[in-house]
Amino acid sequence: MEKGRTEKRRTDSEHAEKGRTESTDTGRTEPDRPPRRTTPRRTIPRPLTLSPRHDTPGRRRPGDRHPSGPTPRRPRTLAARTRRENATAWAFISPSVLIILGLSIVPVVWSLLLSFRADDLVTPGRWVGLDNYRALVRDPGFRTAVENTLVYAGLYVPLSLAGGLVLALALNRRIRLIGLYRTLIFVPFVISAAAQGVLFFFILDPQFGVANSLLHHLGVSRQGFLSDPGQALYLLVLISLWSGVGFCVVVYLAALQDVPQELIESARLDGANRLRVLWHIKLPSLTPVTVFLLLWELITALQVFDLIYVTTKGGPLGSTTVIVYFVWEQAFQMFTAGYGAAAAYVLAAALLVAGAALRLYRRRRPDATPDGAVR
Amino acid sequence: MTAPAAVPPGTARPRGTTAPRRPARRRRLPFSAWHLLLAPLSVGFALPLVWLVLSSVMTNAEINRFPPALWPSGIDLGGYDYVLGNAMFPRWFANSSVVAVTAVFSNLLLGSLGGYAFARMRFAGSRLLLGLMLATMVIPFQLTMIPTFLVMKRLGLIDTLGALIVPSLVTPFAVFLFRQFFLALPRELEEAAWIDGCSRLRVLYSVVLPLARPALATVAVLTFLTTWNDLTWPLIAINHDTQYTLQLGLTTFQGQHHNRWSAIMAGNVITVLPVLVAFLFAQKTFIQSLTSSGLKG
Repeated sequence: MEKGRTEKRRTDSEHAEKGRTESTDTGRTEPDRPPRRTTPRRTIPRPLTLSPRHDTPGRRRPGDRHPSGPTPRRPRTLAARTRRENATAWAFISPSVLIILGLSIVPVVWSLLLSFRADDLVTPGRWVGLDNYRALVRDPGFRTAVENTLVYAGLYVPLSLAGGLVLALALNRRIRLIGLYRTLIFVPFVISAAAQGVLFFFILDPQFGVANSLLHHLGVSRQGFLSDPGQALYLLVLISLWSGVGFCVVVYLAALQDVPQELIESARLDGANRLRVLWHIKLPSLTPVTVFLLLWELITALQVFDLIYVTTKGGPLGSTTVIVYFVWEQAFQMFTAGYGAAAAYVLAAALLVAGAALRLYRRRRPDATPDGAVR
Repeated sequence: MTAPAAVPPGTARPRGTTAPRRPARRRRLPFSAWHLLLAPLSVGFALPLVWLVLSSVMTNAEINRFPPALWPSGIDLGGYDYVLGNAMFPRWFANSSVVAVTAVFSNLLLGSLGGYAFARMRFAGSRLLLGLMLATMVIPFQLTMIPTFLVMKRLGLIDTLGALIVPSLVTPFAVFLFRQFFLALPRELEEAAWIDGCSRLRVLYSVVLPLARPALATVAVLTFLTTWNDLTWPLIAINHDTQYTLQLGLTTFQGQHHNRWSAIMAGNVITVLPVLVAFLFAQKTFIQSLTSSGLKG
């Protein structure tokens, strides 16, 4: 806390020294990061972030409403041009705004209202207040769904991150066939969950499946696989790992390319062995990527649905019912949409908390950039 | 796969990425040892897909015995015949194609328009709108799926392809990706055309977009991947089997014809093929678009 404040003061005074080149019309409140002179200026801005430097500061744009530079080029037409510019801009964005906000803000509010109602999507519902949430707390089916989701995420997230890291380290070298290896490990990622589900349902079929056939050759007795309540959830984790690890590998590989080569070389010159280079240089520089992947895979894991719908439909005996499946079942099978909406809100709250916790964590780490860019 | 001896010493130098420089005599052993790890692993990753293709050309007799055959005795296209001739698969394929292609083109069009406005124009409310759109990216789909169903029902689109097309017309992701890409382009390129009196639209389509190929490719690839592979939303929005997408059709087909495994696997091959072919042809773009969207998303 204290440290951040001093840093901010320092950068502020530095900006003042530079003769107020920094435009202040944005009125931003976020503390600037201290300027790092040693790193080369990035040429591509970090995308998908709300950078306080919305545009190159201090430069005049055509049609700017409040040009921060000297007098505008053609002051007489400026107002008219601004109006026209405004109209053009709105014409450009209105389709996206209508569709995106219309199909997200409206449903979010609607969903909240639904969660306070008993509604079957057909007949008019009635207001029940917090009854849906109270019922959720007592519902053993929902508790099972939460437990299954947590088990699934608790296995899938660490395993996919660890597997992705190990595979990326193994694949990050120039040897023969490396392109083939990378392709083979990545290809399952592009296959839809539905197709994966159908494929593995067949492979793991207790009677006709090739998995039991292989086990038979190895002398292991026939397994129930997805029809066995004790195995189904773990097998689903394995199937998701088969397809999901590729993404972690690709992201880690990209990040490994950015580990400063000079650091590794100088460590080597100082006599560090492979393991020490890995532990002291590579892994620390991968921390931001790991945090990003953690968040990404957690969101993916908490939202798993397609694979489960195709393979087990939540069974056997509810052993693979996850939250999203529960929401879908309530809303579109049992026609208790209000109840389903309440469950969806619980899931959304969990995602929000997870995201906020990770954001806090990243804020506190000095080496992680606060805006989500990992490089 | 490749025995350590198959790699001649010195041809594949572990240079570049992270491989350290080592004396030549010590180089051979450690780097070939990676093959021992990577070859079985990647074969393991490929096996389910190999089995997918193999079982699609087996006869039902070969599949339906225990233990099932591990290798087809010959190529039997009965499954493909069944799927393409009898069932609704061609229809579903067409539906999926219509939805995915529409989504790709409209995301490119509307996403670039929106992204350009957010990157280069200042207008009342732009900041607020941008923030709102950014916020919508973190809303989980599960939260909005029930009311989206209700919205589509009000619009009379349920059970038509429109219900699948409208929500995927433009995504906040496309708008943001374009915005970020345009911000990175040097403004001088456009200013000449802009001062010469080109309209904003003209500037966008004749100056900016030709330079934005990587962004266009990224949005196209990811939009195609997500719309083609989606199952949840078609499952909710579509009831009648003439409007099914390939993913939805495949899963119901599996339920109805659970003993025609070769046909199901043939259908699965047809479902997977477009994405797989797209990936193998445009591998580099694919990977780049994933890392750029992922890393910076």
